[in-house]
Amino acid sequence: MKITEPHKEHIVAHHFANSKHEFDSARLGMWIFLVTEVLFFGALFVAYAFLRWSYPEIFVEAHHILSWKMGALNTAILIFSSFTMVMAIRSAQLNQRLKTSLYLITTMICAFGFLVVKFFEYSAKIHHGYLPAKYFVAHGASEYLHLFFGLYFTMTGLHGIHVLVGIGLIIWLLLRNRKGHFYSNYYTPLEMVGLYWHFVDLVWIFLFPLFYLVG
Amino acid sequence: MQNKTITESLIASNGWMPKAASTFAPNIDGLFNFILYGSILLFVGILIVTALFIIKYRKRPGYSPPSGPHITHNTFLELAWTVPPLILTIFIFYWGFTGFLDMAVAPKNSLDISVTGKKWMWQFEYKNGTKTLGEIVVPVNTPVSLIMSSEDVIHSFYVPNFRIKRDVIPNRYTKQWFEATRTGTFQIFCTEYCGDGHSQMLGVIRVVSADDYEKWLANAGSADDGLPPEKLGEKLYTSKGCVACHSVDGTNKIGPTWKGLFGKTRAYAGGSTVADENYIKESIENPTAKVVTGYQPVMPSFKGLLNDKEIAGVIAYIKTLK
Amino acid sequence: MSESVPGTNYINAVSGIKSWLTTLDHKRIGIMYLLFIAISFGLGGFFALALRLELLNPGQLIVSAKQYNQLFTLHGAVMVFLFIVPSIPASLGNFLLPIQLGAKDVAFPRLNLASLYLYVFGAAFCVYSMVSGAADTGWTFYTPYSSTTDTSVISMTLGAFILGFSSIFTGINFIVTVHKMRAPGMSWFKLPLFTWSLYATAIIQVLATPVLGITLLLLVVERLVGIGIFDPALGGDPVLFQHFFWFYSHPAVYIMILPAMGVMSELVTTFSKKNIFGYKMVAFSSIAIAVISFLVWGHHLYVSGQSDYADMIFSFLTYLVAIPSAVKVFNWIATLYNGEIELKAPFLYFIAFLFLFTIGGFTGIMLASLSLDVHLHDTYFVVAHFHYVMMGGTVMAFLGGIHYWWPKMFGKMYSEKAAVVAWFFIMAGFNMVFFTQFILGTKGMPRRYYSYLDQFQPLHAFSTVGTWVLTVGFLIMAFYLVESLLNGEPAGDNPWGSLGLEWTTQSPPITENFADTPHIIHGPYDYDKVKLS
Repeated sequence: MKITEPHKEHIVAHHFANSKHEFDSARLGMWIFLVTEVLFFGALFVAYAFLRWSYPEIFVEAHHILSWKMGALNTAILIFSSFTMVMAIRSAQLNQRLKTSLYLITTMICAFGFLVVKFFEYSAKIHHGYLPAKYFVAHGASEYLHLFFGLYFTMTGLHGIHVLVGIGLIIWLLLRNRKGHFYSNYYTPLEMVGLYWHFVDLVWIFLFPLFYLVG
Repeated sequence: MQNKTITESLIASNGWMPKAASTFAPNIDGLFNFILYGSILLFVGILIVTALFIIKYRKRPGYSPPSGPHITHNTFLELAWTVPPLILTIFIFYWGFTGFLDMAVAPKNSLDISVTGKKWMWQFEYKNGTKTLGEIVVPVNTPVSLIMSSEDVIHSFYVPNFRIKRDVIPNRYTKQWFEATRTGTFQIFCTEYCGDGHSQMLGVIRVVSADDYEKWLANAGSADDGLPPEKLGEKLYTSKGCVACHSVDGTNKIGPTWKGLFGKTRAYAGGSTVADENYIKESIENPTAKVVTGYQPVMPSFKGLLNDKEIAGVIAYIKTLK
Repeated sequence: MSESVPGTNYINAVSGIKSWLTTLDHKRIGIMYLLFIAISFGLGGFFALALRLELLNPGQLIVSAKQYNQLFTLHGAVMVFLFIVPSIPASLGNFLLPIQLGAKDVAFPRLNLASLYLYVFGAAFCVYSMVSGAADTGWTFYTPYSSTTDTSVISMTLGAFILGFSSIFTGINFIVTVHKMRAPGMSWFKLPLFTWSLYATAIIQVLATPVLGITLLLLVVERLVGIGIFDPALGGDPVLFQHFFWFYSHPAVYIMILPAMGVMSELVTTFSKKNIFGYKMVAFSSIAIAVISFLVWGHHLYVSGQSDYADMIFSFLTYLVAIPSAVKVFNWIATLYNGEIELKAPFLYFIAFLFLFTIGGFTGIMLASLSLDVHLHDTYFVVAHFHYVMMGGTVMAFLGGIHYWWPKMFGKMYSEKAAVVAWFFIMAGFNMVFFTQFILGTKGMPRRYYSYLDQFQPLHAFSTVGTWVLTVGFLIMAFYLVESLLNGEPAGDNPWGSLGLEWTTQSPPITENFADTPHIIHGPYDYDKVKLS
């Protein structure tokens, strides 16, 4: 079984002086990447602000169409998954390879759960015709309700893609953990994916109130 | 050629700018000249100093640069080339800003004319309901305020002689006012890229005396009474914007050429027809009814924009193009 | 690590195309970028030659109006996204940054290779767009024209989107490299100014490019499903697109110019054997430009219908950003004082940049002014202005950098005589093409025009002939550079007698750059303190 085999000793890349140098560089790099993601989503939040300022009524109306319960459920799922992600990193730091895998799997299940909830939400919207302009066939009081849904699908869709990518990254971590790559002296990829995952969680924590709660 | 200029030449003017024709021009031209000659002065200064340094300090036998630490700092120099340029740029900003404020707020008694841009022509409408296409007539020495909107994509209304320009946007109004300072015929350009006919989306602005303007307005813009039909048609070919899409020399552009058109059999999706007077009239008023195979249904309708006399003129003109 | 075997360098260390395609060596990656960038320049240049040929006279010559519109769109898109944004950072930057820092490689070599692959992938999308009904929107993609035209807009914008990620990853890599990979003794103020400029550029790349990404993504979604955010018919605002677009594209022009300014600092110090005047001012001005560049995008929108207040603020800030650039020019000239100047080919390009960029800068002062810009906006004056700063500026510096670091990258020298001849053709041709366009613009000639009033014909024709002169210059250059690779004189490790750290390595360098980790004692420009043997 994997826990009894010794971990694979990590070899520091040749252009780094030592393991700490490598870890610090990776961490700085990941933080800068997250800054780019902040600007990426930030631009969409600016579009949201502009749309809200132009047509406040569509947000009031849409508030009643979206299910805040499903949104809240997803929020809880993601926050919990951030916690399990942190626990996965902690387990690696403590050389607990099995627990690392279990926490990673739990995180992944949460991510899948999030996407399942989103699937139900999207299906409901599509069924009722709340879609971007060309396909908008629902009955709305506001003339520009389709603008809201255009932005809703774009922002939550982009977020969903990030969740999907996160699942892919977690699978990669699981495969590497099985081979014994992560232990107390080396858990950099776990930490990096962890940072990414917290960011994905944070974006949702902004999306949820702005789309589901404010009305 | 299709670009026969009927407006005052932009090229032939004293100085860099086209000949001024509005109250905005002196301030703007003054600012331009200030920056231009200031820049030339500075540029020549930089040229001379650099050339001097390169010549004086070039590596050659017998020359060795002075020994000792290199000068890498000189507070006076650094302040001298930071602070004065900053003051200069702020001054230039202020000059431009005040000129711009003047252009932004139309005087209270301005004459309002509405402008509609659409691919690829300019339509004008006066308060008394007079509509013109491709040509706008205004009185001299009178503030005119243009209220503009587009029917499709973003265009931009530009009159170089007046130094005015403003984007013309769909679903919104933009405004630009001016006061012409002399009579004449001046060029209007569309200057926001809008597709195939962008460079043909031209217009003409005629500045006339106040009396002539009143006369013209009363006649609802029909100053072409004396022209024979084919001459009227030839004039309308340019002034109504047909030139944007139809050539008269045989080249097929966005629309078919008019050369040799009359009497030709035209094939379209539902069948075919001979290009006679009725066909041409229908194509002018309801252009998407019979779109000739090989062309796109992009021609806008001119119904209401050309009266019967004008349509007859266009037909007569087309007949002369064998 | 491995001993430096005489004759072994990064080029011949491992052979075979697979070793290049899977390399993690920043130098090999830089050379591959250089090849693709040169090809892109040729492609963009071809589109320019074609469109200027059409403009020889007002009537139709070789293409229809729609095809002409596609030509200027492709010229702009290829030149901006495939050539100039990556140009100096991806080729020269990749090659030199680690060496100038005394490091073995960039912080993330695999990310570096990924950037290269993303570049090629994005370029493929753009090429696909070209052959499947090329976009005819202009490289600026203004809505609603771009959301409604029937040409291949989606593939072109997706291509640019992917290229954006290549740029972002390079930016992340460079920032971490500068922070974490410096050799012992290499303090911030001993960094070469080229490194400072790459750092400032990377900050812009990282912060601005994601916004372009989203803008293009929104345009794609708009075309696919019509979300309506930019479409006035659906309740959207087309001017919002312009704001989003220029929020990236203005800082983008500083991505283009800052590395060029970094090259200028290297050239002026090496070829006058002088310490740079005002090192800190030059270094900080790069950062200042990077920061202020984010605050001026609205100067592209003075007549767009944005509020008058916005117009005023943007004009004021635009004047502020001019000052650090002017300061750099004065610092470079002051560096020449009491120097020992050698007029070699790289230095000729320094001179070219100095004058051409200055002209571009002064005309920028004109355009920044609110009232004057009303007349000049969207005319040939703007076209001339940005070509003076982008081509007369960035491209000249890029060429200067290529000629300067050529012996280091390839271990071969090129023909100095041929280089001087090419330089004359390029200078003459460039000014023929673009100075004429200042005149056209002030006279009111609008841009993006397929045909024009007869009276503008002589000036247009002169500008077109200039493009042929320019082409001769570039052809000569291509010839002698290829010739140098095949038959060039072997260059020594330090043919220019420079004090830069990269010149202490072998030409071409070994794969690990340095046999032993260097310990930095002096700065790169301490010509008064250090005597080269």
